[in-house]
Amino acid sequence: MARGAAIRRTRRGRFELHLDKRERDVLRALPAQLRGLLEHEDPTSDPAMARLYPPAYPDDPIRNLEYERLAGDDLTAGRMAALDRMDATIDAEQLSEEDVLAWLGVCNDLRLVFGSRLEITEETTGADFPPDDERAPVFALYGYLTWLVDAIVRALN
Amino acid sequence: MSVRGETITAPVEVERPDADEVAEPDLPWIVIVWNDPVNLMSYVTWVLQKLFGYPRAKAAKLMMDVHTKGKAVVSGGTREKAEFDVSRLHAHGLWATMQKEV
Repeated sequence: MARGAAIRRTRRGRFELHLDKRERDVLRALPAQLRGLLEHEDPTSDPAMARLYPPAYPDDPIRNLEYERLAGDDLTAGRMAALDRMDATIDAEQLSEEDVLAWLGVCNDLRLVFGSRLEITEETTGADFPPDDERAPVFALYGYLTWLVDAIVRALN
Repeated sequence: MSVRGETITAPVEVERPDADEVAEPDLPWIVIVWNDPVNLMSYVTWVLQKLFGYPRAKAAKLMMDVHTKGKAVVSGGTREKAEFDVSRLHAHGLWATMQKEV
């Protein structure tokens, strides 16, 4: 699928977005999904949430609880701030660097969530999700976010 | 998430009473990033450059170690420093843990 860059840094240090309406509409729906997950799910019972909140001390439950107590709220606050920023700029033609970092954070978090739901492994290919598979639409979204995250990283470099 | 990465100023250090640490020698801690099948190689390289100020070549080598060997030590220091680095890696979606250097 050949097309121009989705995002490009301008000489003035801003970022031009080249996304069509269909892409905007797809992206518009995404922050709410992640927000719902962050607000309603628990890392102890939801694998996708567990992927967003890894243990700092995998072999030391006591210290890990302390880490979660100290760092968990900041992690969630950072994620919520990024969601708010992406919501506020979803129709913008140009983004500031802070906006781009927020979009990148949200898109990467969503890749982790969808990757967990789809049980992605190093060996996963498109053939694992044929069109009649009920997970095919989520895999397509995952693929789109892969492409967008890579485009954003290129623009930031 | 990156927004937070720029603004947080190590609340971890503020809240932890030093007295708890007296009996425990402050051995260097290491921060490990583990391979995962989802994060992109380009993204992981960019995160290591951004968080630790590593040159691109060093960040790319660490990323390749994660990819091919399953893990890489990306930073280290006191427990507080390691915990702060782990939290920043977690904020960027990387699977990071910390342990005492052996």
